[in-house]
Amino acid sequence: MRQDSLSQKIDWITVLLFGLLVISGWLNIYAAEYDPDLNQSIFDFSTSAGKQFVWVCMSLLIIIVLFFFDHSFFDSFSYIIYGVVLALLLFVLIGGKEVAGSKSWIGIGGFGLQPSEFAKFATALALAKFLSDANRKLENLKDLLISFAIIITPMMLTILQGDTGTALVFGSLTLAMFREGMPANILAIAFSVVLVFLMTLLVSQTVLLVVIAIGVLLGIGLTARNPKKLVYVIVVGIVVTLAVRSVDFILTDVLKAHQQKRVLSLVNPNADPLGIGWNVTQSKIAIGSGGFIGKGFLGGTQTKFDFVPAQSTDFIFCTIGEEQGWVGSVLLLVVFSALLLRITYLAERQKSAFGRIYGYGVLGIIFFHFAVNIAMTIGLFPVIGIPLPFFSYGGSSLWAFTILLFTFLRLDANRMQVLQRF
Amino acid sequence: MDRSFTIRLIIVITALIFSVRLFYIQILDEDYKIAAENNVVQKTIEYPYRGLVYDSKDSLIIFNSPVYDLMVVPKEAEVNDTARFCAMLGITEEVFLERFKKAKGFSSILASKFQEQLSDTVFAKVQDQLINYPGFYVLPRTVRSYNTESMANILGYVGEVSRRFLNRDTTRYYKQGDYIGIGGIEKEYESNLRGRRGISYKVVDVQGIIKDEYRDGEFDTIPEAGEDIHLTIDLELQQYAERLMEDKVGSVVAIEPKTGRILALVSAPSYDPQLLSGKNLSRFFGELESNEDKPLFNRPLQARYPPGSMFKTIQGVIAMHEGVVSADEIITTDGSNIGDLAPPGKYWMEKAIQKSSNNYFYLIMKRVVEQKVKESKYLDSRIGYEKWRNHVMEFGLGRKLGIDLPNEINGNVPSIEWYDRQYGVERWKYSNIASLSIGQGELLVSPLQMANLAAILANRGYFITPHVVERIENWPNPNISKEILPFDPSLYEVVLNGMQKVVEAGSGRRGYLDTLKLAGKTSTVQNPHGEDHSGFMGFAPLDDPKIAVAAYVENAGQGGRAAVSVASLIAEQFIFGDISRKWLEDYVIEERYLPENAPRLTIAEN
Repeated sequence: MRQDSLSQKIDWITVLLFGLLVISGWLNIYAAEYDPDLNQSIFDFSTSAGKQFVWVCMSLLIIIVLFFFDHSFFDSFSYIIYGVVLALLLFVLIGGKEVAGSKSWIGIGGFGLQPSEFAKFATALALAKFLSDANRKLENLKDLLISFAIIITPMMLTILQGDTGTALVFGSLTLAMFREGMPANILAIAFSVVLVFLMTLLVSQTVLLVVIAIGVLLGIGLTARNPKKLVYVIVVGIVVTLAVRSVDFILTDVLKAHQQKRVLSLVNPNADPLGIGWNVTQSKIAIGSGGFIGKGFLGGTQTKFDFVPAQSTDFIFCTIGEEQGWVGSVLLLVVFSALLLRITYLAERQKSAFGRIYGYGVLGIIFFHFAVNIAMTIGLFPVIGIPLPFFSYGGSSLWAFTILLFTFLRLDANRMQVLQRF
Repeated sequence: MDRSFTIRLIIVITALIFSVRLFYIQILDEDYKIAAENNVVQKTIEYPYRGLVYDSKDSLIIFNSPVYDLMVVPKEAEVNDTARFCAMLGITEEVFLERFKKAKGFSSILASKFQEQLSDTVFAKVQDQLINYPGFYVLPRTVRSYNTESMANILGYVGEVSRRFLNRDTTRYYKQGDYIGIGGIEKEYESNLRGRRGISYKVVDVQGIIKDEYRDGEFDTIPEAGEDIHLTIDLELQQYAERLMEDKVGSVVAIEPKTGRILALVSAPSYDPQLLSGKNLSRFFGELESNEDKPLFNRPLQARYPPGSMFKTIQGVIAMHEGVVSADEIITTDGSNIGDLAPPGKYWMEKAIQKSSNNYFYLIMKRVVEQKVKESKYLDSRIGYEKWRNHVMEFGLGRKLGIDLPNEINGNVPSIEWYDRQYGVERWKYSNIASLSIGQGELLVSPLQMANLAAILANRGYFITPHVVERIENWPNPNISKEILPFDPSLYEVVLNGMQKVVEAGSGRRGYLDTLKLAGKTSTVQNPHGEDHSGFMGFAPLDDPKIAVAAYVENAGQGGRAAVSVASLIAEQFIFGDISRKWLEDYVIEERYLPENAPRLTIAEN
């Protein structure tokens, strides 16, 4: 009886979109590593596709387990989960396994887990818990700072592990803060700094400074009568100018050598076509060669013959681009956008602030992964090694996103009960 | 603005930006598709078999034999017992390490040559043991092999195309590392022998390892084997002639007069063609090139000698043609004009040829040159000489005959301009050039030109372009033409009678055999550097010529000794298939005319 009522309350549209992504991800992992000489089955456990099948089955198990939890569990245990994950992150720093330069793995028996993948989920919960208190106001500096502290703590620990890519993901939780009324100016300034930073790489600093000066003067002229806005314009002007001037410093002194190259190769992939630019160039070649309808399932050459690096994990989108062409790629964008919009819709219909904020946290994380991952494969963003949600090969990543999304669906299923309780 | 709406807008805009960007790189920009093909499509050249070469009796002369190169893929290579591996290949461990390093420097995942052309014994050993050495394998290819040790000067050889050639090659067919015919018919018939390369397109992965055919081989072309070539050379006759020329320096050219087919073409000393095949080339080429006897110099086509007394045959025909003398006009010589071995006395054409009277030919050439059409002796000589020179060139002297072998020389029949430069315009007359009358002076010919002269005389006034290739596959050699000389055929008869008497009762007596009916003319070619060269040209039999031969034996003295003997034996061997004069054969074989201290090259050392 409980099962029936629950199945009626689950948002099946989201489940359907999730299913679509996971299954097409699995098929594309098979295609990405398919070797016509070996002709392996998609269930061959020695291949990535075979393993992914196991990860998918286990994530179904995780979903079922999640629905046995009471919906109030997540609300009540938010801080505890957060605390445990922070402890794990610390533990990893001391006793973790080092894989590909990142010390972010815990070995359990035969296979490894990445606590940082689950830290996103825990941080979203903790942020939702903190902001759902009726007294919190994000216009309030203290609450704003605490919110940032919740985000920045796991972020710093992840950076210390050497996994800058994943660390950046925590920043996406500011989307939830934005929804909850954080002053938009903060986001606007952050956004312009990033934009200006990237512009500096493309345009000469002098030109850029002249353009900024003209912009600021125009702004002053337009807002001269409104002192509050005038101050804002001047502050933005100073910050942006500093951002331009700091590019060299950040590039040479803050970023590690490989990160520098990633940023620079975005601007000019041909500068080092066989080095770091290789990834971006080959990725674009693979996607670009797909044409309108693609080369057909298993018909790609660029990905399966290893021209594209990490073709089943971070660069899985290349396989779709090459084999399914523009039509398939856009279809994937549509499915992702539908999922994201559906999450916004679900978040907005939550009766509890906790549910809503957590929903936007989920949205922020998935959106960030989606946007950055695809942007890097098509050369719009530096290469940051983060997976495409539900799609890329890997157990930790798939389970973390499953837990993240289905916790939200679990909350959504009981949104009416929350109301009844009050 | 509602923040929820803003967020949805951001999502939609992001998706739109991606769609537009994807539209640009997937549909608008073609560069990515081209780059993708360049990434994965690898062009592989498949080399065809080079054409085979047969002699006139269809026995195989040149064929392709497989050789085995030992290849290594450094990344997969595993040699547990280096000492044993080195012992198997017969190399030292230093060499092993050096080669391995070189292979690795080229690529660690692609195969490179570890040892070129394993010898048969090594190959047999390697074949058995290779299974113990992963990463090493044997790759077959072909090199030229020969069923004979002779004919190197005709066959030429095959080697890697030179950088210089590549720079000049406008067809752009060849690439560095390709093989090309160098010298002989390998060069002359390169375009027939080489066949057509095949090209196959393969799909490769990022490491260059072949994964598949590109578009099921739609663009592939299959290699076409080279065309087989059939020579005019009679291997048996060639080998016999080479045997006669052993330990001598010189040339023998035998032509079938009616067809221009070259039956034998000997350059002595020669070398085993196998010495320049495959990996031998780099080993022996330097040695052959610097050898003092110049074995790489194709004497029949490249050596220049004065024709000497053989030239008197031409003089006779020209003088009679010009009407300055008749066959039976008796000219009394007193021996005062030019040095002479023939005694002074009464001479007519036939006797003058038989006895090789220098003074007779001095006088009749004087008549050709000084035809008294001008007052001035100088002007008159110019006109007469020019006429004479044109006739000489009609006999195929001073110009290329167009043989289908490389490096044929013109020889020299001096031009008026040349004498003008020597003596000044209108400052020379017959007395200045009179040594031409007996085939000396500035006159230079190749042995091939003398053999062709013998063919012209045998044919009573025409010749067919001398050639060594009879057929290409089943098509006759297309580069052959007939040239008819403008002299009345009857003019030859008296000269030919004289030539018959040369052999019957003149300077060529040593080559006489009653059944052979050899007609010819000997030459003792003056050599300012040492012993005179022995020369002979002639044909047999007189009434139905089957073979025309010219022979030059350097430093062998009188033409009546070595040269006529060699020519006569070759004619006998060709016509009768047997030698009745063992004593003559022994005499020729025992004669050695090599400069004493010249270093000997051991042929067929390999």
